[in-house]
Amino acid sequence: MSALVDVRAASKVFRQPATLVERIGSAFGVCELPRPVHAVDDVSLEIRNGEVLGLVGESGCGKSTLGRMIAGILPPSAGSALFDGMPLLAGAGRPVKSTTRVQMIFQDPFASLDPRMRVGDIIAEGPVAHGLVSKSASAADVSRWLSTVGLDPQVADRYPHQFSGGQRQRIAIARALAMRPDMLVCDEPVASLDVSIQAQIVNLFLKLRRDLGLTMLFISHDLGVVRHVSDRIAIMYLGRIVEIGTARSVFERPRHPYTRALLDSVPRLRIDDRVEVDFRPIRGELPSPLDPPAGCHFHMRCPHANEACAVQRPTLLHVEGREVACLRATELDLSGEAPP
Amino acid sequence: MNGNSPLLRFWDEFVENRVALAAFLLVVAIVGIAALAPIVAPQDPYDLASLALADARRPPGFVGSKGFTHWLGTDAQGRDLLSAILYGLRVSLQVGLAAGAFAFAVGATLGAVAAFAGGRTESFIMRFIDLQLSFPAILLALVLAAVLGQGKWQLVTALVTAQYAYFARTAHGAAAAERAKDYVMAALSTPLSARRVVFRHILPNCLPPLIVVATVQVANSIALEATLSFLGLGLPVTEPSLGMLIANGFQYMLSGRYWISIYPGVALIVLIVAINLVGDQIRDQLNPRLRR
Amino acid sequence: MTALLEVRDLATHFATRTGVVRAVDGVTLSLAPGEIIGLVGESGSGKSVTGFSILGLVDPPGRIVRGSVRFEGRELVGLPHGELRSLRGRRIAMVFQDPSATLNPVLTILDQMRLALEAHERIGKAAARARAAEILTRVGIPDAGRRLDSYPHQLSGGMRQRVAIAIALLNRPALVVCDEPTTALDVSIQAQILAEMKSLARESGTALIWISHDLSTVSALASRILVMYAGRVVEEGTVGDVLSAPRHPYTRGLLDSLPSLATPGQDLRQIPGAMPSLSDPPPGCAFAPRCAHAVDACTAMPDLVGAGGRGVRCHRPLGDAP
Repeated sequence: MSALVDVRAASKVFRQPATLVERIGSAFGVCELPRPVHAVDDVSLEIRNGEVLGLVGESGCGKSTLGRMIAGILPPSAGSALFDGMPLLAGAGRPVKSTTRVQMIFQDPFASLDPRMRVGDIIAEGPVAHGLVSKSASAADVSRWLSTVGLDPQVADRYPHQFSGGQRQRIAIARALAMRPDMLVCDEPVASLDVSIQAQIVNLFLKLRRDLGLTMLFISHDLGVVRHVSDRIAIMYLGRIVEIGTARSVFERPRHPYTRALLDSVPRLRIDDRVEVDFRPIRGELPSPLDPPAGCHFHMRCPHANEACAVQRPTLLHVEGREVACLRATELDLSGEAPP
Repeated sequence: MNGNSPLLRFWDEFVENRVALAAFLLVVAIVGIAALAPIVAPQDPYDLASLALADARRPPGFVGSKGFTHWLGTDAQGRDLLSAILYGLRVSLQVGLAAGAFAFAVGATLGAVAAFAGGRTESFIMRFIDLQLSFPAILLALVLAAVLGQGKWQLVTALVTAQYAYFARTAHGAAAAERAKDYVMAALSTPLSARRVVFRHILPNCLPPLIVVATVQVANSIALEATLSFLGLGLPVTEPSLGMLIANGFQYMLSGRYWISIYPGVALIVLIVAINLVGDQIRDQLNPRLRR
Repeated sequence: MTALLEVRDLATHFATRTGVVRAVDGVTLSLAPGEIIGLVGESGSGKSVTGFSILGLVDPPGRIVRGSVRFEGRELVGLPHGELRSLRGRRIAMVFQDPSATLNPVLTILDQMRLALEAHERIGKAAARARAAEILTRVGIPDAGRRLDSYPHQLSGGMRQRVAIAIALLNRPALVVCDEPTTALDVSIQAQILAEMKSLARESGTALIWISHDLSTVSALASRILVMYAGRVVEEGTVGDVLSAPRHPYTRGLLDSLPSLATPGQDLRQIPGAMPSLSDPPPGCAFAPRCAHAVDACTAMPDLVGAGGRGVRCHRPLGDAP
């Protein structure tokens, strides 16, 4: 299986522009410039043709930023993001996305559709602009994609506000599909939807994958949803990937203490009155991405950390058929209660 | 047409405020009458042959030598004031609307482009605009009107230069907010060209605050034009606007012939207040914090 | 056992431009002292409005149109604002999804907590500080003494929610209504707060109404669960009874929608369609249009039937012999 997406040692640093006062102040040493945020910190990652890669992490871990780099919206600050061997963004100065083969689905379908355009125009705009469909054939094309996502083609002349959240997410998916992508980057696509609607959209993704053979990067904080749709899973913590492997191995035999702790944090459905749920929360708070701890980012919250973890940055190593960034990966036994 | 377009919903809500609706109808009526001035006005005030000095400075209600009633009196040349006001409104509205439209186009484009481009482009455009905003608009307009000379288009140019910055500021603020929204991200991930993203997606979504500014700025343009004309820096005497009518009557104010200045003034105030009332209602409707 | 809270046939409607929205339409529930119940439903089910109505926090155009809320033997519906306010924060408190609804951004944590204390009792500065520090420690805030002088924006989202919970618990209320308090938080923080809530409620004997869309968190915390749909309770019972053997097709459908209970990669058993408009609900059972078991009789509203706290609002409950 070949890699469709190849992210090589990519980093993304966000710098807050310093104000004039701050610049003058820092020149005289009386104040500090705003600190840069290392949203994505030296990440390498492959997404193989035809697979669904789940990307999991808590807020601020950089999963959305990495997703946007792979979708070709954000250029990496260092390293590269290649799609089918070509950089996703090309051109000096203000780089422009160079391919239409990766499309993106966003979390909030109330924000991701232009409120002033009709549904038909929203879907047809991209393909017509790129010459994938002629203007005269675009109406038929719109109908086709609306039916693919399970909407009545008649809705093409309505506006986004006339739809519910689930229907809007279907429209956003139709817009992405109309570009004939090989790959979808889905950033929390079901997080803002109700449980029953969430199931409908998850099923739609499963169907699209079967029918169109799409490759997907599926970003979510919901471990249940990611487990359900993904072939492989990457776990991110504070800008770095800490574990990546098949969904089964990562969920059933995690080898990184953070993965283990994350799985333990998810409350499981209790269906027996006699059983008490014992919560096993991760201790401590997520450190600020402005000031991440040295060494392994997780060492301050990790029950297994030793002195080396506080100074040495762990790299991804192959352990038991997956990759883990933990200095003690080979010696730790993290087998515990496996999630159902 | 689908009956549920955002514009139609906006209109439904607009008509619920009776005062704003009345103001809107008044604006429409004034624009209509001004446009039809050559037909509805009892006299062509520019046609010197139709003027009689014997009719000069007559009070309202006087029946002149041409056999019709001067409802608002006559001016120093014996011109029917009602006709002069109608023609003056026409000129004032033409100048105000033209200046507003051009300032809108220039300012909104600059502001949106600055917000989309970011970085140095944004800093350069916006700092220049800030610099310009630190001068009073009237001062800028006065200098330009004096430098460019008399004439309708010279005046419009002066007004546009004095006012586009307000549009640019507003457009920049609104566009910077829109720029961060997911539908713009979606357009960039398609990808659509920068020009299309700015003009088809960002700018249309910045329209609401810009329309509010536009109503205020059209009213301001009219007032500014009146000021310049009053000071003799506006339009040539052949095209008397409301400001010039007021100026012409000013010298007779103390001699009791108030109508020559007052009636054009009243017309000017009614027009500006009506436009502002419409603008207020649009602003209230677009402000989410005031919504029920 | 006497009930702490008795809600009878509570209905809260909102008069809007497009018609009357029946957000809550006949909710009955009771709560014993120290009990934790879960109120579960999707957006628009009326679960949050039920919580707001119990505290008398419904603002126009919303209005409680009928029903009663008896708390500690006292009728709250129709109680004058002043009396309701003195009850709120002292005997009943609320925790919102967004802690900024509770926290004032320009006051330090200590000032807000002192205000909450002083509203209901005379307390000295030093005593207030000690009490505030104690309760912050109990909700799991490390170094509480120092945090007291922070402003809300200096704390993380999880810490802010903990402070909001601490303020709710400050006057040792008998009942705390929690409206999706962990929804906006990360799973690791959510687990911490759930663990702390559970032990806090047990220690202090505070009863909780835990409002959430998430069946798993509710099941972990509550002993009884009420499932709401379109403004009504459709099923109630102990967590074990409702979730292991649901009798309402909607509860069954919700459970089937959960990916964690399905085989990875297989289609989830989805509920078709969407929740009906609350201003124009279908006649009879609101779930009938989405229900695989619906028959003609479902066009008449079923009653909530059952005994011993186990109830279901369905003409053809699951598990009945056909």
